[in-house]
Amino acid sequence: MYNKKVRGVLIQGNKTYSQITNEILAPQERKAPTWWFIAMFVSTLAMAMGLWAIYITISQGIGTWGVNNSIGWGWGIINFVWWIGIGHAGTAFSIFLLILRQKWRTSINRAAEAMTVVAVICAGMFPLLHMGRLWMAFFIFPYPNSRGPLWVNFNSPLFWDVVAISTYFMASATFWYIGMIPDLATVRDRATSKIKKAIYGLMSFGWVGSAKSWLRFETAAMIIGGLAAPLVIAVHSIVSMDFATSVMAGWHTTVFPPYFVIGAIFSGFAMVLTLMIIIRKVFKFQDFVTDGHLDAIGRILTFISLIMGTAYTTEIFIAWYSGMEGEIYTFFHNRITGDHTKAFWTMVTCNAIIPQFFWFKKVRKNLTLVFIISIIINIGMWFERYVIVVTSLSKDYLPANWAEYTPSIVEIGTYIGTLGIFGIGVLLFIRYIPMMAMSELKMILKGTSIITNQKQEDHE
Amino acid sequence: MKKYWKSLDELKDKSIGSDIEKKPEPEFSIEGLSEVEVSDKLKSNRRDFLKFFGFSVGTAALASSCEMPVRKAIPYLSAPEEVIPGMANYYASTFFDGHDFCPVVVKVRDGRPIKIEGNELSNITHGGTSARIQASVLNLYDSARQQYPLKNGSKANWDTVDQEIKNKLQEIAEKEGKIAILTSTIISPSFLQVIEEFKAQYPSTEVVYYDTISYSAMRMANKQTFGKAEIPSYRFDEAAVIVGFNADFLGSWLSPVEFARQYAKTRELNEEKTTMSKHYQFESYMSLTGSNADIRYSIKPSDEAVILLNLYNRIAEKSDMPTFGVEDSPVSLDQLVDDLMKNQSKSLIVSGTNDIYIQALVNGINFLLANLGGTFNFERSLNTRKGCDQKFNGLIKDMNDGHIDALFMVNVNPIYDHFDSASFELGMKQVGLTVAMSEYHDESAKLASYVCPDSHYLESWSDAEPYTGMFTLGQPAIQTIFDTRQAPESFLKWAGIETDYHTYIQNYWENNLFDKQDQYLTFNDFWNHTLQNGVFDIEVPVAECPMYDFEFIGSNANKLISEKPDGLELVLYEKIGIGTGKMANNPWLQELPDPISKGVWDNYIALSPKYARDNQITQEDVVNINGQLTLPVMYQPGQPYGTAAIAIGYGRVEIGKVANGIGKNVYPLSSMKNGYKQFNIAGITIEKTGDTYPLATTQTHHSMEGRPLVRETVLDSWKEKKNSGNELHEINEKKAVSLYKKPEYEGFHWGLGVDLNKCIGCSACVVACQAENNVAVIGKEEVKNRRIMHWLRIDRYYSLIGPEKPGPDTIYRIEPENPEVVHQPVMCQHCDNAPCENVCPVAATPHSKEGLNQMAYNRCIGTRYCMNNCPYRVRRFNWYRFVDNDKFDFNQNGQLSKMVLNPDVVVRERGVVEKCSFCVQRIQEKKLDAKKQGRLLRDGEIKTACEQACPTNALVFGDMNNSDTRIAQIKADPRTYNLLEELHTLSSVSYLTKVRNKDYVPPVEDWGHDEEHA
Repeated sequence: MYNKKVRGVLIQGNKTYSQITNEILAPQERKAPTWWFIAMFVSTLAMAMGLWAIYITISQGIGTWGVNNSIGWGWGIINFVWWIGIGHAGTAFSIFLLILRQKWRTSINRAAEAMTVVAVICAGMFPLLHMGRLWMAFFIFPYPNSRGPLWVNFNSPLFWDVVAISTYFMASATFWYIGMIPDLATVRDRATSKIKKAIYGLMSFGWVGSAKSWLRFETAAMIIGGLAAPLVIAVHSIVSMDFATSVMAGWHTTVFPPYFVIGAIFSGFAMVLTLMIIIRKVFKFQDFVTDGHLDAIGRILTFISLIMGTAYTTEIFIAWYSGMEGEIYTFFHNRITGDHTKAFWTMVTCNAIIPQFFWFKKVRKNLTLVFIISIIINIGMWFERYVIVVTSLSKDYLPANWAEYTPSIVEIGTYIGTLGIFGIGVLLFIRYIPMMAMSELKMILKGTSIITNQKQEDHE
Repeated sequence: MKKYWKSLDELKDKSIGSDIEKKPEPEFSIEGLSEVEVSDKLKSNRRDFLKFFGFSVGTAALASSCEMPVRKAIPYLSAPEEVIPGMANYYASTFFDGHDFCPVVVKVRDGRPIKIEGNELSNITHGGTSARIQASVLNLYDSARQQYPLKNGSKANWDTVDQEIKNKLQEIAEKEGKIAILTSTIISPSFLQVIEEFKAQYPSTEVVYYDTISYSAMRMANKQTFGKAEIPSYRFDEAAVIVGFNADFLGSWLSPVEFARQYAKTRELNEEKTTMSKHYQFESYMSLTGSNADIRYSIKPSDEAVILLNLYNRIAEKSDMPTFGVEDSPVSLDQLVDDLMKNQSKSLIVSGTNDIYIQALVNGINFLLANLGGTFNFERSLNTRKGCDQKFNGLIKDMNDGHIDALFMVNVNPIYDHFDSASFELGMKQVGLTVAMSEYHDESAKLASYVCPDSHYLESWSDAEPYTGMFTLGQPAIQTIFDTRQAPESFLKWAGIETDYHTYIQNYWENNLFDKQDQYLTFNDFWNHTLQNGVFDIEVPVAECPMYDFEFIGSNANKLISEKPDGLELVLYEKIGIGTGKMANNPWLQELPDPISKGVWDNYIALSPKYARDNQITQEDVVNINGQLTLPVMYQPGQPYGTAAIAIGYGRVEIGKVANGIGKNVYPLSSMKNGYKQFNIAGITIEKTGDTYPLATTQTHHSMEGRPLVRETVLDSWKEKKNSGNELHEINEKKAVSLYKKPEYEGFHWGLGVDLNKCIGCSACVVACQAENNVAVIGKEEVKNRRIMHWLRIDRYYSLIGPEKPGPDTIYRIEPENPEVVHQPVMCQHCDNAPCENVCPVAATPHSKEGLNQMAYNRCIGTRYCMNNCPYRVRRFNWYRFVDNDKFDFNQNGQLSKMVLNPDVVVRERGVVEKCSFCVQRIQEKKLDAKKQGRLLRDGEIKTACEQACPTNALVFGDMNNSDTRIAQIKADPRTYNLLEELHTLSSVSYLTKVRNKDYVPPVEDWGHDEEHA
């Protein structure tokens, strides 16, 4: 037949269905290892610092941050965009690959989606925190009120932000949860304690595994996937419009929406890579997350990195081509050279140059290197947001207002806090939720496992 | 109505069928219960009543007892005639602090003075003010003022103090001991008469005038050369060539508000007036005046005499007068001499150096140029600045010799501001009775045996004669807040005169001034009208012009030339905000950026960047000066090489929460030369201590980066082409094509015009705006964090003149040694296509139908997107709660000082964005006035706070839709442009190009684009 399996073997080790279930649920059915508690403790500490920083911010004011009259947004918005970018991976990963019927997604999508949900929660905190009057945050929702009625400003990208991010969060969470139902039912069925049974029973919505249920389940996944796919594009396009619709040099750029979306997927994939390498190593999931998986992500990153490089070059070219003084100053004297040179070149190196090493198969096969590069990409992406937010504001149109910005300990604290929340989220995930979509893995087992492949080869 | 029946039964028995109607369901029917039972259930009983009663009383008590602050609004028992709650009253008064003088109008709201405006009826200042005059209202509410009389440092009451002082004076008079009244210059004729009466009572009384900044050499030189120990009236407005030698006549010299106005008149350019004065400035530090000069020479103080002698020689040669031997001038004077000779009798040379020979020489030059009678005259002479250095020295000697038995210190503080405070202090110990009469318990008052606190000028009656024959009246705008008494009143008491000072002034005016006029028939009429106007001028006889006596300078010219001193030459100067330090406890002034350095909350030693680098000194390095004191270094372009400058007025001790510990007192560095107080000191050594001290400035980048922000041209080019220097405007207008319709305004369209040629950067507008709009003071740390709250700021840029190119620099962007300076006031531009408005998610900053960009504080949630998207960066954020916050212990923290708040303007809460509103409260008030009176608004009726404070009329506010208004004329001027007009923000603030009266110099490439460090 011409049904050639391009991807080759997706699940190694001649697994049976029950092996899949056993192996994937094994970490949860064991007692939690010591390192889990240590990691949890560290994450909680980080979150505690975040809580302290949030307390200071809310009780004293934004003055406790390093931002000033010229640079109104600092780490708050940088981290917001960064987290949102990371939060892109899961949904992009599962939905695009689902629609494209890429079966190799199945061992990764659950973790990626979980990461998305946690990252979006982290991201969502920053726009709230950076408000001068958090307690008036509800003004941002368009609801009938007795103040006139006073409506929101539909022209403002910040309002679109609120809409896009909340929708995205809800869609992603729903998608993730629905995909989880059959697996939760499996956990329920294997549970030994009554309490666990009850909780997972509740969480799996009484899943019985009938053919009808499966049919509904797959339809629902497809529909929500289809709905969420444009959201992936929309949410970061809209985040980019926070900058692109302004008049600031370095912000006012039409390339921003695609550039931001691609950048987000870039950082998201990198984060998926980081996490999957860890999970695979720690839980010995090499059979599920095979070298082939990591290789595929590496290839994607190489390609996206090229796009990033192109985006950077385009920006610089357009700044020069526009002949506009402010643009030229921002790009040539405040990024490529000038006070923020370090940040700019870190960004370029980390995002456009280092990932190019993935061209070499040797690099892609060396998991230590892959791991390091995946972290470098996320550092680079953080600097990208730093470069955009800070450099453009620090030296704008009137030189009399030029100012510099250093984050305060409170700002750094909120960031560390979100890292803590992210850590806690991920740790809870690996402890209580099947890390891989067992049901989906089982679906592809027959078609892609070694045995089938061998049979096929024999047949030929 | 017909009645039908349903059955025959019914017909028979009418009661059937009507049952239902007859017995309606009980309202609270409960199944299975009889009616009685039901009514029993529903009847409330005593217990229930008590339960509900108890609950509601309890809740009400709880809710109401949650520490609600008690706020009292007490109505007037008998309402004063003129006071309408919520409406402001205006009273003419007079500001005089012993140095600066200004006729003012006090805005009083509900019994509280809240704002000072200039008195437009004055023929001296014409409504102008300065930053300090604007800020003076805040001192009224300063709780650091001395609140009651003191005897030997402990609280006393006036009766005891009066009685004891009187007894002591009696004793002294009996033994014919000497009484000295040491006072700052008194310009009040009534006060002078009080002192005469006091003298009559105690004949051995001697009055010594003491000014912190002495002009006594000038008076003596005038006496020696013109025969009059007077300071003439200067007419800068008559001058075509103005030459200043170390005289900051726009900032601090003699009468800056008056001179600023005169100066600006000569800088005005329009269709009719196409001439402009040419201003040369020779100076040893970058002063406000120097920053406005057409041609500025940065000279060492020791070179002043040489240059002046050369100038004298060159001019004397032309009129065949004898010349003096002197070395060549370090700067070329050809152009200057040429200009001066061309403008005979229309030039003015002034020097601010307290040196009798220099002043005599300046007089000689002015006389040779026939300026006497033209640009200055002695018809009306200036009565301020009468301090006499010799007399004060004599007093110190007398005190130390034990010749003085009583010393009254009126509004002076020599312990703080005299370099030889040690001998003064020693002297004070020799004096039996020392009485301090100043507003604060200052350094001198602390040593006095009695402190009789003076009242604030807004609590006092006063009159003044600043120039001969020009009188003003001052009336209190509020009862004395503390138990204070104005000084003349005290002297009246001690002289045994029972009249109060108010009546005393009235009597004086009735006896001396009433008959000098013929407008009013009765004195009452005269008094009431004069009090209302605040000013009263009388004719003075035309005096003959005095002749210059060449003898004095001829025999003393050799004294002008001295050895070139070694070491650094130091200049002590007055800052625009702090001045002599008298008002140092005023947070508005402490936070007012210096117009040149933009530094706040500190004094520092200004060094030429080149000199500093040559000596391995960097900005903020702390240096030891003469081993006497340490100060941080500020790089100051325009500071001559080998010189340094430090501001006086800092380093106050225990004077109030604001000024304590701010800066260092440098008065001890001043000295005496030829019997005159010197603020230029030679032979200073500085040494790095190795420490650094952070300085707070509101601006850290000083180059315009070649951007067309302040557009300028030279006079000749402007005459040729009226839009010279502003060619870009036309291009931008043409380019401004938009898909969107330009917004149109049917009624008013408010706009503000800023004439950069008239703006001198004096910063009166900055303080006026702060006072009018309740703008918070945030302290040094927050200014350093670049969070200044001022709604109106003045951007200052340096630019290069001449071909020199900067070299590489590591720490600070290279500054030119003698740059040209521009001042550009920037406030909210009220863009009709405002970038800030689109981006606010909650629509907190909408556009009004009159073109105003408004802020709805209640709606703002503080995303700060508007601040980021404002290309002018005029939006301010409330980073903290600046009100009632002990961390920001300034005027908005404290019951008393909050009285200065303008009730028409909201005090902003933490977390909201604020900005210039074009004084919308003033617009609204005047609009309503006009509406009530059924007339159209007049142009100039609405004045924004900045416009009203401006001494030079550089700011003009009005309706751009009406072609008759001044703002419409400005919009039509070819010099008009909008800041950043290329962004198509359609701003409502128009700037007029700056025109310099100098030869065309091709523009120098800007200093390149190397890094800037904050």
